[in-house]
Formats: sequence, C-alpha cells, structure tokens
Amino acid sequence: MIIETGHYALALALAVALLQSILPLWGTRTGDSALTSIAVPAAITQFLLLGYAFAALTYAHVVSDFSLVTVAENSLTTKPLIYKIAGVWGNHEGSMLLWVLILAVFGAAVAIFERGMSNELRANTLAVQGWISLAFLCFILFTSDPFLRRFPAPFEGQDLNPLLQDPGLAIHPPLLYVGYVGSSIVFSFAVAALISGRLDAAWARYVRPWILIAWIFLTLGIAMGSYWAYYTLGWGGFWFWDPVENASLMPWLAGTALLHSAAVMEKREALKIWTLLLAILTFSLSLLGTFLVRSGVLTSVHSFASDPARGVFILVILSVFIGGPLALYAWRAPSLSQRSVFAPFSRESTLAVNNLLLTTCCATVLTGTLYPLALEALTGDKISVGAPFFNLTLGPLVVPIVLLMPLGQSIAWKRGDLLGAAQRVTVAALGGLVVSILLVATVRGGSVFAAAGLGLAVYLIVGAFTDVASRIWARGQGGRVMLARAVGLPRSAWGTAIAHAGLGLTLMGLAATGWGVERIATVKLGQRIDLGPYQATIENFRSRQGPNYSELIGHTVISQGGAYVAAVDPAKRSFPTRQTTVTEAGIVTLSFGQIYISLGDRHADGSIDARLFWKPLVTSIWIGAVIMAFGGIVSLSDRRLRIGFARRAARLRVADSGAAPEPAE
Amino acid sequence: MTWLRRILLLSIVLASVAPSLARAVQPDEILTNPKLEARARAISAGLRCLVCQNQSIDDSKAELARDLRLLVRERLKLGESDEQVRDFLVKRYGNFILLKPPLDLETALLWGMPAFVLAAGAIALLFGLRRQQSTPAAPLSQAERDRLAAVFDSDTPL
Repeated sequence: MIIETGHYALALALAVALLQSILPLWGTRTGDSALTSIAVPAAITQFLLLGYAFAALTYAHVVSDFSLVTVAENSLTTKPLIYKIAGVWGNHEGSMLLWVLILAVFGAAVAIFERGMSNELRANTLAVQGWISLAFLCFILFTSDPFLRRFPAPFEGQDLNPLLQDPGLAIHPPLLYVGYVGSSIVFSFAVAALISGRLDAAWARYVRPWILIAWIFLTLGIAMGSYWAYYTLGWGGFWFWDPVENASLMPWLAGTALLHSAAVMEKREALKIWTLLLAILTFSLSLLGTFLVRSGVLTSVHSFASDPARGVFILVILSVFIGGPLALYAWRAPSLSQRSVFAPFSRESTLAVNNLLLTTCCATVLTGTLYPLALEALTGDKISVGAPFFNLTLGPLVVPIVLLMPLGQSIAWKRGDLLGAAQRVTVAALGGLVVSILLVATVRGGSVFAAAGLGLAVYLIVGAFTDVASRIWARGQGGRVMLARAVGLPRSAWGTAIAHAGLGLTLMGLAATGWGVERIATVKLGQRIDLGPYQATIENFRSRQGPNYSELIGHTVISQGGAYVAAVDPAKRSFPTRQTTVTEAGIVTLSFGQIYISLGDRHADGSIDARLFWKPLVTSIWIGAVIMAFGGIVSLSDRRLRIGFARRAARLRVADSGAAPEPAE
Repeated sequence: MTWLRRILLLSIVLASVAPSLARAVQPDEILTNPKLEARARAISAGLRCLVCQNQSIDDSKAELARDLRLLVRERLKLGESDEQVRDFLVKRYGNFILLKPPLDLETALLWGMPAFVLAAGAIALLFGLRRQQSTPAAPLSQAERDRLAAVFDSDTPL
C-alpha cells in the first residue's frame, strides 16, 4: 500500500511540475500576479510529494519488499541496514529518483528562502526548475520506474554489487548529486535572467551562494569518490581519467570558473555575459555527467542501442536542456548591456585569465572523454584516450593557474599594479623555490617533477595567506589589534585563502606520489618487506564470517627499525550471492602518508601474493579537498552572501525609510 | 566459425564481468632483470586493457590484461625496443590499445583542442579589453545634467 501511494505521489509530482513550469511564466508575461504566485507553493508541494515517494522507496528497501523489481535486483535480507538504505540509490531507477528529489529540495529552498528577490525573477527561476523536474519525472515514470512490481515476488534478492557495499560509496552519490543538481538552480537563474532580459550585480549576489553550495558538494563528492576508488579497487590509484570520473570533474572545472566570474560580476559588473554562459554550461555538463554515467553509453556506443527508449529519452533531454538555453543565450545575450571597464592588470583580468585556463581544461577533458565515442560513431575506428593524454595536456594548463592564484589574490580591482602584486608574493615564491631545491638536494631517488610540484604547492599555500596576512599586519600594533583586524576581514577573503591553500595541499599530495614505494611479491608468513621508512610483516591468517560475506584476513604488523608501529588487517571478501570476491586493502595512516597492503592469491605453501605500498603525504590529496570545501563554507557564511540576504536587506531598508523620511524632491 | 568467435567473446566478457582473484601485476610475472621490468611497467602503463574502461593493463585485474603483460615481457626478453613492442601490439589490436592516441589526421582535433580553445579565448579576451578601452564613457544626457546641477545647487543633503 505504501508503495502504491509513493508511486501515486510521483505521478502527482509530475502534474505539479507541469503547473510549475507553465503558469508562473504565463503570469510574469501577462502581469497576472495570481498565476505568478503559484510558483512558490508548487515548488514546496513538489518537494513534499517527491520526499514522500522517496521515503516510500526507502521503506521498500528497508523491509526488503522483493515484489519491487529494483529491490529484488539490488537487495538481500541479510544486508546491513545502512547498505539497504544506500541501495535505494545504488541502481539506475533509485538514483534518478534521488536526483529529482534533490532538485525539488533546491526548488523549495529557493521558494522559501529567497523571499527578498523580485517576484518575477523568483517565479521565472522556479518555472525553469519546473521544466527540468518535468523532464526527469517523465524519464523516470516512462523509462525507469522504481516502483515497478514483479509477480510472483522472489523469496530472496540478488544483493547489491559488493563494490558498492562500502560506507564511502553509500554517501558518494548523494554528495555528487547535490553538486550536480545544485548547479541547476544557477542554470535556472540564468535562464530566468535571459527570459526577463534583466541582469545586474544583484543577480550575481543571489546566485553566488547557490554556486558555492553546489561547488562545495561537488568538491566533497569527487574527493569521496576518489578516496573510495583508492581504497576499494585495490591497486592504490586514486584517479584514472575514467569517463565516469571525468564526468564529475567537468562540472567542477566549469563551476570553479563560474564561482570566480560571478565574483567579478558581483563586485564590478564585468564578465556578465560570460558568467551567464558559464552558468548554462556548468549545468549542461552536470546533465551530461548524470547521463554519461547512467546510460552506459561510455562503455560502448552500442550499449546505447540496447535500451532505445532510455537512450532516445536521454538524447532528447540533453538536446532540449543544452541546446534550448544556448539558443536563448545567443538570441538574448547581445542585448544585455556590459558596462564595467578594467585594465589589463587588475584582479578582473587575472580572474578572466583564470576562467580562460579553467575553461580550456574543461574543454580538454570534454574532448578527451567524448572523442573516442564520436570517432567510433563517425568512422568506426576505435581509439583510447587515457591518463597519458590527460596528464600531457592538462599539466601545462594547471601550472599557470597555480602560478596565477596568489597573484590574483594580491592585485587590486579595476586597475592593479603588477609589480606590486609580484612583490607581495615574493615570500611565497621564495618559500616554494627553497623547498624545491632542498628536496632535490636531500631526497634521493625521487623525480625532479615531484620536487618542483611540491615547491609549487608550498608557493600556493603561502601565497594563499599572503593577502590576508598583509591586510592584518600592522607595524607597531599589538596582537589584539591584529586579531580584531583578522576577525573583521570579510569571511569571503578567508574563504578564498583557505580554499586556495586546500588546493595547495592536494597538489602536495599529488606531487609526493613521485616518492612512493611499491613492492609486488609472494610473501611468506613472518617475512619482512621493506617499504620506504617502514617494514611490513604478515604474521598470521584467519577467517571471519560477515553478515553477507566471508573473509580471509592477513594480520600484518608494521614496524620501523624493529620497533612496533601499527597493525593492519588487509582482507579478501567473498560474497556468495553474487559469487564475487573483493579485496579490502589494509591501510594505516602514518603522519600524512599511508601504508597500503592488498592481498592476492594464496599458494599451497602458505605464502600469499601481495601488493604493498608506502605512499608519502597521500592523505593530503583528500584533506586538501576537504579544506577546499571548508573554504567554500567559510565564504558562504560571509554576511553579503548568505541565502536570503535580500529579505533582511529589504526589511532593513523599510526600517530605515520609516525612521528617516526621504527628502522631498 | 562464428560460434568459435562467440565463445571467445563470451569468455572475454566473463573474464571482465566476474572478477576472479587475478590481480594487477602478479609476483610470478615480474622479470628478474630489474631494468627490463621497469621498462615493462612503463610500457604497460600506456596500454589499455581492452575489456576495461580506460584502465591500463598495468592496473587491470582482467585475465586479458595479464596475458598482455606477459606478452610485453616476452617481447622485451627477445630484445625488442619499447617502440617495437608497442608497434607489435598496435598491429595486433589497433590504436585502441594505446592510452595516448597517436597524433594523426583522425586525432588532430583531439590534440589540437586545448591549444585551439586557449587561443580563441585569449583572442576574445584581448578584443574585449581593447573594445572597452576604446569606447569612451557615454556623455550625460540633458536630464542627468539638470539633475546633477540641481544636486550641486541645493543645500539639502542626499
């Protein structure tokens, strides 16, 4: 019964989406405020309906209702509760439902919190959200219905793919989806601006918190996915330039560019039209990402044809939501005025160059991901585009971005002084250089690239705080004054510094991979294996029975110069229902590096194949990403950027005008 | 012959779908000559495991990847150069096996894209800067001038 009501709620949501996508637009066109005001309740109702539908599906998974096809195919009665819940979005149908639910959450948030903005902008924005919702709900109900029943129901389910039964992957898709879908709000704002033909600095202020939210989640989602790949897939890699990963990287690159161009637009009203285009592109890439991952088109062009209904639907959605707004943009954008001027050396120009480089990175990833598909479809020839291509093409683009970052923070708006800015980052540059030289001189066996990369990272981290430090520092003043100044600095300045430093940390971790140690060996019990500064010894084997798997654990002791440091239990897990075995890598974090042990086949004489790594500084890759996201949160807490600031500002204005009547003309 | 091909295909698919306990580089594959082994690793990192998604044979757990790794080592032991090993594999499997596609007519657009986007963007940016510098600020309209004069003349604070 709950299932049927959930299904019905889904259908109702479709009806509400239809209303939401048409009536408010009609209202703003004709000036009918009754129609315009439908947008808000419609958005909230949609959220409630989809929330109910999602809860119903979750209920089905939790109670293991195998009469539902999606539950039967992805669940098992003995599966732990957390994976029963994660199983809701561990498959195509459920993940699409999660997608529209998040879309509805964002729509409702705009409806509730953005009361201060003009009714017209809000109504149009929500109407555009309605279109997206409409398209996805049709897609779900007509091609990927999660509430499909099967009769007779099987007694037991087929279990979730063991690779997905992991806490990391339980929360990875929701994070990523919030990132993807968050950019839909920005997209809707952009299309609404194009429809109304009004675009000013206030628009940039409205959208910046939403861009930030999407960016924060996307950053966390990507980092999570990368760490998941690192510890589950068992060979210690964390980024493979796999199309699925590229699909999440592209909106991140575009979103990062958007974040910066929106800042320019908000401060200086420059780069307006460009910002609008980026807003559309970011969401387009998110859509592409969602579908590239879901459709299976990436593994082969032919798998697209295996489910033509879904494939055609996806193509239609993509072309409507990418092509339509771009056409609207081409038509309307030239009529939007661009006013502000800035000098060739100014913060605007450094941000514009940063945007250019980020966009080029994004275009490179996009081409590299889709080129093999396009080539095969056109000529039938198959090529591969993998890590060597991306490293070669993106490396030369990332280095100038990093070099420019501290410079951009130190240069003034409108008309800056390049020499002065360069002087301000001297300390950072010297710091980086010294670190590089020291590393080349002292560390043996590492590559020069690793040392250079680490130096670059130090430059970035020191440079990130240079601007903040110069604004706090006051000669001859006590600590209290400086503390007051530090507190008084805009949060967005702190956010920038923290996020940039986070990227520096990530870079540090990436560079340090050059000093990693790898051992592949058949290891006997008690045999000591050298791993950089540490030694590893597998002491004994034991078996253990999990809820829906059994595992073999190799208890390993890590020591340094004979002294015990840590113990770790790498394992191999067998899932009988799916007849698969996965390796559970044994990982110990020592300072910022990690020992990584992954087990292979066991031999008759009791020895075992193992792959052991020492990865110095590897954790800073993900710690850096988390710090980047934290910088985003700090920036989000800036007074000017809080969601709904316009409402409070409007209240204040009313209060002001009540106290002091305007002078007569 | 089609049934044979089908069985072959099926076995490849099965090998990739049901991951056995086979792993990326296994101890028994490693060559005794460390120099040769290092070369083998470097070559493997640039070769695609044909049944996986963008994974190199060095990383892949698939049976096919293991066979290819052994093949690479065989050829190296015969004294072939890195280039010869790669050519041999390309002849056998086509460019599909190279993770770094060769630069030719088909891939010109792929390799040229970053430079093209960068150049086009840079030109657009420069033109934008030029144009905004050459357009002088619009003169005030009569109404604006009147308002300004009124502001300057009156004593009422704004």
